[in-house]
Amino acid sequence: MTVDVVVVGAGIVGAACARALARRGLAVTVLDRRGAASGTTAHGEGNLLVSDKEPGPELVLAQHAARRWPSLVAELEDELGSDRHGFPPLEYDPKGGLVAATTAAGAQPLRDFAARQRGAGVDAREIDVAHALELEPALNPALTAAVWYPEDAQVQPVAAAEALLASARRAGATVRPGVEVVGALRDGERLVGVRTSDGDIPAAAVVLAAGPWSGVVAARLGVGLPVRPRRGMVLVTTRMPHVVRHKVYDGDYVGATQSGDAALQTSSVVESTAAGTVLIGSSREQVGFDDRLRVAVLREMAARAVRLFPFLADASVMRTYLGFRPYVPDHLPIVGPDPRTPGLWVATGHEGAGIGLGPVSGELLADLFTGAEPATDPAPFRVDRPAVLDAALDEPHPSESTPSENTPSENTGEAS
Amino acid sequence: MSRRTVVVVGAGPAGLSAARAAARAGADVTLLDASDQVGGQFWRHRALPGGGTAPDEPTFHHGWGTFTALRDVVATHPRVTLLTSAQVWALERLDAGVRLRVLVGPADGAGREHLTLTPDALVLATGAHDRTLPFPGWQLPGVTTAGAAQALAKAERVAVGDRVVVAGAGPFLLPVASSLLRTGARVLSVHEAATPASMARGWGARPAGLLGAAHKAGELGGYVGTLARHRVAYRLGEAVVAARGDGRVEEVTVARVDARWSPVPGTERTVAADAVCVSHGFTPRLELAVAAACAISPDRFVVVDDEQRTSAAGVWAAGELTGIGGAEAALAEGWVAGHHAASGAPDDAGLARAARRRARSADFARRLDAAHGIRGGWTSWLRDDTLVCRCEEVDAGTLRAAACATGSADLRSVRLTSRAGLGPCQARICGRTVAELVGATEPAPGGDTGSAPAVPDRRPLVVPVRLGDLATLPDVPAADAP
Repeated sequence: MTVDVVVVGAGIVGAACARALARRGLAVTVLDRRGAASGTTAHGEGNLLVSDKEPGPELVLAQHAARRWPSLVAELEDELGSDRHGFPPLEYDPKGGLVAATTAAGAQPLRDFAARQRGAGVDAREIDVAHALELEPALNPALTAAVWYPEDAQVQPVAAAEALLASARRAGATVRPGVEVVGALRDGERLVGVRTSDGDIPAAAVVLAAGPWSGVVAARLGVGLPVRPRRGMVLVTTRMPHVVRHKVYDGDYVGATQSGDAALQTSSVVESTAAGTVLIGSSREQVGFDDRLRVAVLREMAARAVRLFPFLADASVMRTYLGFRPYVPDHLPIVGPDPRTPGLWVATGHEGAGIGLGPVSGELLADLFTGAEPATDPAPFRVDRPAVLDAALDEPHPSESTPSENTPSENTGEAS
Repeated sequence: MSRRTVVVVGAGPAGLSAARAAARAGADVTLLDASDQVGGQFWRHRALPGGGTAPDEPTFHHGWGTFTALRDVVATHPRVTLLTSAQVWALERLDAGVRLRVLVGPADGAGREHLTLTPDALVLATGAHDRTLPFPGWQLPGVTTAGAAQALAKAERVAVGDRVVVAGAGPFLLPVASSLLRTGARVLSVHEAATPASMARGWGARPAGLLGAAHKAGELGGYVGTLARHRVAYRLGEAVVAARGDGRVEEVTVARVDARWSPVPGTERTVAADAVCVSHGFTPRLELAVAAACAISPDRFVVVDDEQRTSAAGVWAAGELTGIGGAEAALAEGWVAGHHAASGAPDDAGLARAARRRARSADFARRLDAAHGIRGGWTSWLRDDTLVCRCEEVDAGTLRAAACATGSADLRSVRLTSRAGLGPCQARICGRTVAELVGATEPAPGGDTGSAPAVPDRRPLVVPVRLGDLATLPDVPAADAP
């Protein structure tokens, strides 16, 4: 039997693509070599941010996402229910974010950055120390600048991805965990399905949404795609009284997001979860899929968090986990058809923003797929932009990529 | 040339034996234990002011003489450094070898001392903790694990209650009941879920089949005798399926169970009791072995070869970590592991004796599982409101609903959406129970990870660590960085 679309990857991006396509009447099958929401989706914090984005196409997409999330959550809760024995809560919380500079040198860049964002329509309010301490009484008062972003929000990413998948299933989609793509079904240049660990699946189109493993899967399909892993770690404390009220970042987060430097970068991201734990991020390393624990990274993260919130020195960290963000050289997602290979569509490369941008990316892809008017300009995210095609030439030849390498991290990922 | 350095983690029977053997073979040994005393769970004892032990201590233990000899060796041997209250909280895999991160000092205290060790060889002897299956009311005060009751009796001479019911599965129930009797508790009965038929399968068909395991005969026979003298009934094919009480346990429901451990309707009876001690077997403490990327068997023990060597270079393992074999096996395995970790001579006479002792215990784990292994029918004594994860207060109904609503049998997803296993114990208590309840598969970690779902025993932070302690870690040489 031929399906209309095979979606490769059951993380939040694949789930969003599947839901959007299935609700437009297409027959969709979602494959994941492991389970639903078991990769990058389960290893992050659930950030829905505008605060960390430079003015540009990604910010435009993020602003669209920030507007879309509340209605999406309402749709999903309506459809799936959210009572005690119904669907697990999505924990969507538009709590707002506070960015604090902690050094003299960091103050002006943060103010300048916020000013540019305001020019692009972001609600970015420069506030004084007294106001910052009103918002976050436990914050270290030794701040040099602070900006309040009321549009930042948080969601439980695994629950969100599972909800999108459950909704897709109700619209007729099939989800097949434990099925791994091993090759392409071709009709000439055209991709007409995938070969998998569980047999061939003919399909009119294939959507590649395999997060940081998208480059590996693309190679198996005979296509070069420059998506690379960028490692991150998160610390989780034991439950404590609700002290940290918003998302709180040190100003360095802004610089780290846009850098291509492979060296370790850390910046503090501290927030409470609905369960009462505190999440502490984040680190950025380009070390391939190396999933070995590095205590030095944890130390840097801990030191920054304690500088931001001194009371955290006495908090107990009970868990750490690491994941891999899908990273494209120009730091923009890839969403749309791949003109090099008819039948292949791509939705990946969201780096650390996939939870926030995933749902609107899925809808954007479905708009393009069905010829509907896209809600945002898709041009900056197209596959055949120079930054993607040029880097694709440097990708390893497909035959060099074997199924056994580049396996996902096995750390029990816990977003809360 | 500097001597070979060996770090042994865990100072129970396996670790003590490994440390002695490694020192004897010429290595510089560092023996670490998180507790403030050596001996592990098996030889947990009363600590007297001034450092001595109580005169009645031998009556609480088997092999007390063996323990004191080992204790004296590790305390006085010039090549052994013993560190108690030393908690290994992380293990990093380097390009060659491993690095251990240790905090030394009273647990939970601020300002513990940091210690970083990069040994030539590592012997893991981290032991096991007892596994308890949930039942309605198991969160009530007065319900304890058998291990906790045993520790209280051995270390404090305190009984968990006056009228005590002991229940679960496995020969460990016998020494627990025996220790309780010594502390003056009235043990009402011991309920072993294994049926007479499965006991016979595991231990042989003779009436005292449990005693068939020759090397265990003396030890277990002694316990059975103690029970008989105190007229404590040892009842097979029975389980505690509920506990009730106002604020603490006041009565329990005992029922007969079938071969699959499903309660037999109509056999329930109520027993008034103020304490219930429950153990359904043991779960090895796998965190460090998983962190070191040691291969783990499908039944979730560390895989070792004849030399107790794991699949991870430079890492050996001994004791309950490699299979539930009891103290005799642990002593023998520790000997072999420590000797080889220290690159001792292959033709050593002591090594040969240890290997022979180890061989005598080889069948014990298989027999234990055949007789007492947990059977799937136990889940039928759960109610929807029975707590499964006590840290996060997740009940069986919520757990099943989360798995059903999401349609996910992926353990990671079920845990994250239900919160089961996300609390301070990090699923040590409920991890396997949750997996069994939602029908999730639990592949071995460390081996083929290509398509594996969640790995419940992977805990990169072995124990909770103060953020302040993490933030003040000293530097390690850059050359050591992974």
